[in-house]
Amino acid sequence: MEARGASALSIAEGVRSGKLRAREVTEQFLDRVARLDGGLGCYLLVDAEGARRRADAVDAAVKNGSDPGPLAGVPLGIKDIFCTKGVETTCASKILRGFVPPYESTVTARLAAAGAVALGKLNMDEFAMGSSTENSSVKPARNPWSTAHVPGGSSGGSAAATAASLCTGAIGTDTGGSIRQPASLCGVVGMKPTYGRVSRYGVIAFASSLDHPGPFGRTVEDTAALLEVMAGADPLDATSIPAPVGAYRQAARAGREGGSALKGVRLGMPAEYFQPGMDTEVEAAVRAAIEELRAAGATVVPVSLPNTKYAIATYYLICTAEASSNLARYDGVKYGYRTGEARSLEELYTRTRGEGFGAEPKRRIMLGAYVLRAGYYEAYYGKALRARRKIADDFAAAFAQCDAIVTPTSPVPAFKLGERMADPLQMYLADIFTVAPDLAGIPAISQPCGFTKAGLPIGLQTIGPALGEEICFRVAGAYESRTDWHTRLPPEVA
Amino acid sequence: MSRITPDEVRELALLARLALSEQEVARMTSDLGAILTYVDALRELDTAGVEPMTHAVPFDCPLREDLVAPSLPIDAALANAPRREGSFFQVPRIVPGPSGGAAEEDL
Repeated sequence: MEARGASALSIAEGVRSGKLRAREVTEQFLDRVARLDGGLGCYLLVDAEGARRRADAVDAAVKNGSDPGPLAGVPLGIKDIFCTKGVETTCASKILRGFVPPYESTVTARLAAAGAVALGKLNMDEFAMGSSTENSSVKPARNPWSTAHVPGGSSGGSAAATAASLCTGAIGTDTGGSIRQPASLCGVVGMKPTYGRVSRYGVIAFASSLDHPGPFGRTVEDTAALLEVMAGADPLDATSIPAPVGAYRQAARAGREGGSALKGVRLGMPAEYFQPGMDTEVEAAVRAAIEELRAAGATVVPVSLPNTKYAIATYYLICTAEASSNLARYDGVKYGYRTGEARSLEELYTRTRGEGFGAEPKRRIMLGAYVLRAGYYEAYYGKALRARRKIADDFAAAFAQCDAIVTPTSPVPAFKLGERMADPLQMYLADIFTVAPDLAGIPAISQPCGFTKAGLPIGLQTIGPALGEEICFRVAGAYESRTDWHTRLPPEVA
Repeated sequence: MSRITPDEVRELALLARLALSEQEVARMTSDLGAILTYVDALRELDTAGVEPMTHAVPFDCPLREDLVAPSLPIDAALANAPRREGSFFQVPRIVPGPSGGAAEEDL
């Protein structure tokens, strides 16, 4: 088997049929990580022993004739925001350094039960706050297509590792675009499902009403297969949705039916996502992708999402308010980093937090505390909650006229390391096309739809209505079957 | 004129239990000022009569059966504590000692 470029499902099929051994696949990927990750910075921790143990269990199941699971032997990377029992989990923050969770997240438990082999913990922006992975307290991750460029964020390690075949798929979280934007910048598929479709149990909280766990894959069907395992009600997360999980793989495959795959599907094109002044290469690639979808049988209709321009402001008011509350738990008492020189409890808190948090979490805690203050609460937080409903209502109105909405994922291809670090607002604007679906809680997928002249990937975003994951996979599957962007491989950089 | 003053930043940092250096206070004052100016755009949006949206999908708070289930053993719950004593998390003294002394102990 050639590990580079291998799809998750090709490995699962090989392992399930006995043609491949999970242990051999695992060793190949561990070897790739050891040789190639130094230049990319995707992994914060490689759990080689745990991976070998899981792979051996899969091989034993195959040998015994028992079902090794739909993801048998699939090497996965885990964003370091998912609690993994007995394996250090830091959210790329100094304040959680050394934290070894005493329990396992629902998502990672389900993936393991399906036979997947977690290789280790992936790099990210600290507490998932950022769009470039430069806010990692450990090291920046780099884009496999050009190591001078960022992989996007916050799940930059997940996207870059999947693109570079340092795993065959990965999981991440998306609060304002943190799955789709890095997927777009790294040329892989990334899916943010409906809010509550995937359990948040054991996912370290950033903004609880906006946090969406989801998968990354090299192909649409790989991504669908991961989501099928991850999704579903969970008694440990009261916000998880009880509705049955859809047939996502089937939807991804249904999109492949030649010229009629999207017959009867109405795709909405929102004018607000195609503004004068946008990056010309991104615009050209996305418009060409939409033509391809038309050729697959879809009709394209203009739709309007008039409150789009308020999405970033709304998002930053809500996510910082929730973050300031969620991050109050890091106090140097129960786990993680603790300052060495506190003389009172008060000082223990302030010094631990002052020393343990990086610049971006501090900025967001402060902004969140500001907008929640008595006297300001209604003007900022209350206003944002009302704006959020208007943004969600825009989508509801648009979905009366179409089945899915197609847009660019990111207004620009990958930017250079350091380019946006000086100005937090510039970094926030990287999420301009991804935040609104988070605010509305609706599913959206990003997939590669071209490259710039400089060789950087461009992403197409397909947004569906609540619990409309299947239409997202169907449209994405149709596009993928008619193009070969997803088969391109980034250069190997040792 | 910035939207927020260094003194407001210091007060907010105290409320948020964040020790900030003077350099951080200066940077925070300018960063928060720029962000607050940006989010002012929301003021022009008419939200009269709009119900605040606190949750992305309609949701009834479900109740589970009130049954005793296994919970974390004390040792597992304390395993990550930076300081512990017996089955307790340990923090600097927060009440005066028997001699009436203040919080003098350096843990």
